[in-house]
Amino acid sequence: MKRTKLLLATSVLTAVGGISFAASHSEMEACEDCANDMTLVSWGGAYQASQTKAYAEPYMEMFPEVSVAWDESSAEAVAKLRAMNEAGNVTWDLVDVVASDAIRLCDEGLAMEIDPDEDLAAAPDGTSAEDDFGDLLVSDCFIPQIVYSTTFGYRTDLVPDGVEPPSDICSVFDLETYPGKRSLEKRPINNMEWALLCDGVAKEDVYDVLETDEGQEQALAKLDTIKDQVVWWSAGADTPQLLADGEVFMGSTYNGRLFSVIEEQDQPVAMMWDAQVFDLDGWIIPEGLPEDRLNRVKHFVKFATDTQRLADQAKYISYGPARESSAPLVGQHAELGIEMGPHMPTDPANATNTFLYNYEWWADYRDDIDAKFQAWLAQ
Amino acid sequence: MSDLKSTGPQTMDAPTPEDALHEAKALNAEDHRDASGRLVTADGRSLKSSLNRALRLQKARAMMLIAPLLIFVLVTFIAPIASMLFRSVENEIVANTLPLTTDRLESWDATQGELPPEAVFQDLFFDLFLAAEAKEHTKLGTRLNYESTGVSSLFRQSGRRLDDIGEAYQDPLEDLNEAWKEGAVWFELMSGQGQTSDGVVTNQIDRFNKLTSSNLRGDIGFAPSEEIAALLPKTTRAYTAWAVFTVFEDEDVVAAEDPWEAVYAALALDLQSPGAADRIAAYDGPQAELLQEAAANLEILPEADFTAAFLDIDEDWGDINRWETFQVYSPKYTDGYFLNSVDLQKTPDGFEARPENERIYITLFQRTIFMSLVITGSCILLGYPVAWILANLPTRTANLLMILVLLPFWTSLLVRTSAWKVMLQQQGVINDVLVWLGLVGDGSRLVMINNQFGTIVAMTHILLPFMILPMYSVMQTIQPSYLRAAKSLGATNWTAFWRVYFPQSVPGIGAGSILVFILSIGYYITPEIVGGTKGVFISNRIAYHISSSLNWGLAAALGTILFVVVLVLYWAYDKIVGIDNVKLG
Repeated sequence: MKRTKLLLATSVLTAVGGISFAASHSEMEACEDCANDMTLVSWGGAYQASQTKAYAEPYMEMFPEVSVAWDESSAEAVAKLRAMNEAGNVTWDLVDVVASDAIRLCDEGLAMEIDPDEDLAAAPDGTSAEDDFGDLLVSDCFIPQIVYSTTFGYRTDLVPDGVEPPSDICSVFDLETYPGKRSLEKRPINNMEWALLCDGVAKEDVYDVLETDEGQEQALAKLDTIKDQVVWWSAGADTPQLLADGEVFMGSTYNGRLFSVIEEQDQPVAMMWDAQVFDLDGWIIPEGLPEDRLNRVKHFVKFATDTQRLADQAKYISYGPARESSAPLVGQHAELGIEMGPHMPTDPANATNTFLYNYEWWADYRDDIDAKFQAWLAQ
Repeated sequence: MSDLKSTGPQTMDAPTPEDALHEAKALNAEDHRDASGRLVTADGRSLKSSLNRALRLQKARAMMLIAPLLIFVLVTFIAPIASMLFRSVENEIVANTLPLTTDRLESWDATQGELPPEAVFQDLFFDLFLAAEAKEHTKLGTRLNYESTGVSSLFRQSGRRLDDIGEAYQDPLEDLNEAWKEGAVWFELMSGQGQTSDGVVTNQIDRFNKLTSSNLRGDIGFAPSEEIAALLPKTTRAYTAWAVFTVFEDEDVVAAEDPWEAVYAALALDLQSPGAADRIAAYDGPQAELLQEAAANLEILPEADFTAAFLDIDEDWGDINRWETFQVYSPKYTDGYFLNSVDLQKTPDGFEARPENERIYITLFQRTIFMSLVITGSCILLGYPVAWILANLPTRTANLLMILVLLPFWTSLLVRTSAWKVMLQQQGVINDVLVWLGLVGDGSRLVMINNQFGTIVAMTHILLPFMILPMYSVMQTIQPSYLRAAKSLGATNWTAFWRVYFPQSVPGIGAGSILVFILSIGYYITPEIVGGTKGVFISNRIAYHISSSLNWGLAAALGTILFVVVLVLYWAYDKIVGIDNVKLG
């Protein structure tokens, strides 16, 4: 009930906001030879809502002839796009995926290659899109939107008396100081890296070590020390639920989910940003769209990934905009009115110790390590 | 009445098979026979054929009635499943993407411990170049990465740097004579004069279609002369491949475009081949002087060493294990996926067991079958009394209780499963009640979820209606008078139930068990949510390979095995219990 009211309030706010966007962005040229229907694919939930409010609604305000349909299929996007491609009937126009999926879609020829400087808007100060996105353009097909991180949250009320709250990634593996269950994702990615970091491997050597059989065994052996205290999650909503119910002491999940547990649901949970793993989420345009639909999508993408729009999204969810030029424009949360800056994974105070996820490496080793990881889990 | 019938037809007055035999004998005595002694009908045909004809007509009419359903099921159900399962052996992508390489690799002997010869690397260059232009090489990289970790990035990175290899030949040729930069000059040279060699073009179109899984046909506006094809075989092949690509993919005109770097590399190889200089000197077709000039200045071209060039891109190309994988997975059909799904792996000389820390599927198959049996068993135990009560209550009360049984059916599966999470977790309802009652201490709350127990409880609950309904409809047909009769003859309650009632309800148990077992063996949502690590099924791995790892071949192989296991169990069930003993009502 409370949530419904909140949602209503938000949409009113957005409608008001939308009008002002429309006024400020009337210089956007109309789209020529374009289809008027678009099917956007995203993750559902609060994330999709933030995209609707920050991108789709202002766009439709400017171009009322356009209608947008959402499909909450991002989790199965790669498989579904492959099936659509084989059937020769691609029904999606723009798909939100994480960077590693974008790389695979690009490899499979299912996503279209883009030219950042031509297809994306330049920053207000004239910096080209390619420079503005910088290193985040990890694939030729990928249009980054946000930087998110996978990090830990813990129950403040379950920290033992007389002990400092956890602030080090290795407290995950320290059952003596911090007893209680942990929730970790049911896949090797991130867990293997954290295990090695806490087993004395230097940050820059992690992937070199993980490349060897001995390194993989070392990581699994480290995870073995906490295995019987781990609840394995597969959906992003699991850890927030487990934390809210007091089922686990600490757990990993996406930082935006933790933000909502802490700030929106007011649970006794706090963030532990140490060794947070940055990852990217963004758009890809499916290969093989007809001319008119492609024109419309390109027109929309140019608008939806400009500096202001990316900054606007951060009003609704605590993920950092992927453009450098958007960072200074990040303001307050649209409903709660709190400053969003300190909740961004990219905020300097949170990012003192971060870990960079190696896409190329995981693209190679994913299948191999996953087989070992699953066999280890089943033992 | 029905019992009477079975005591012997000869005592009955009604027509029996015997009567028909007698009549047939009587017929024989009359003259309804043709010359050879066969029975005939009034119109002179043999009785057998006219009977067959009538039956055929009847069958055809029956088929036409069910044809719409049959076609519907075939098109929307059987065909997609069959095509999906076919992926478990299909492996054409390797030979379609690297046709020349796989051909030549066939004669390479991996056991010698030496890298494949230079010729294989040359073929690899031309194969990979075309594939990279068509953006198909990364697909193959993904495919082979399932078998050999690291191929994915090997192909991706090599694809980016193939141009460099070609440029090493292109630049000196263009420095020698600017004319090599001209698309029109190339076109004239390659078109040659006299008889054209259309076979080359058809071959390359076929290859292009296989590579891109398309079906394009038509005139590409170019055909090499037979003379040129014999003089410069590699160049002709590379140029034609480029021409086909230019016309079909880029939709450009061949004569107006400059060829790829790979064509220059091919020309260099042709020029350097033994005896080429003499043949070129004797050639007098268009642009012969240009060709002769290049042949006379061979020293400007670098020595052809594609092995070194590939090793320079990535030293992984020097790893014999990689080449072994390519060779093992060259054939169009493979049993590799099936071997993988039973924890084996393919090697050049057959197969071997996977390393112990990668074995998982056999365990999962066993667990799936074991847990499905446990779930079926607990459904029988819980469902039988419920069905019995339902069948023996007055109809009005029974209908009311029936709604309670059906109610979970109308609730979303996810809601029901998540509700079990709330019930079973350590801070959940059951544990709270137990702690409140003082049965367990606060510090030693029971672990009832994220393990096999959680999966069994949640799935038993979800599948229970499938057990109760067939049991109920069978029990309804059991006459209460039988039980009364047994008791009046002196049976105890237990004997009456066990000897009289239970045997009659077995068909209901059979039907319910088959339903529940087959449903649970393929379940994956509930185990995924409440199963943790020890309570997941093989279907969770199938779902993972379909939607996450995209290894559809392996998923299809696992699915096929699961399908076969179900068929075998069904067959065993038929042998032991008898499928006639199953009734849905």
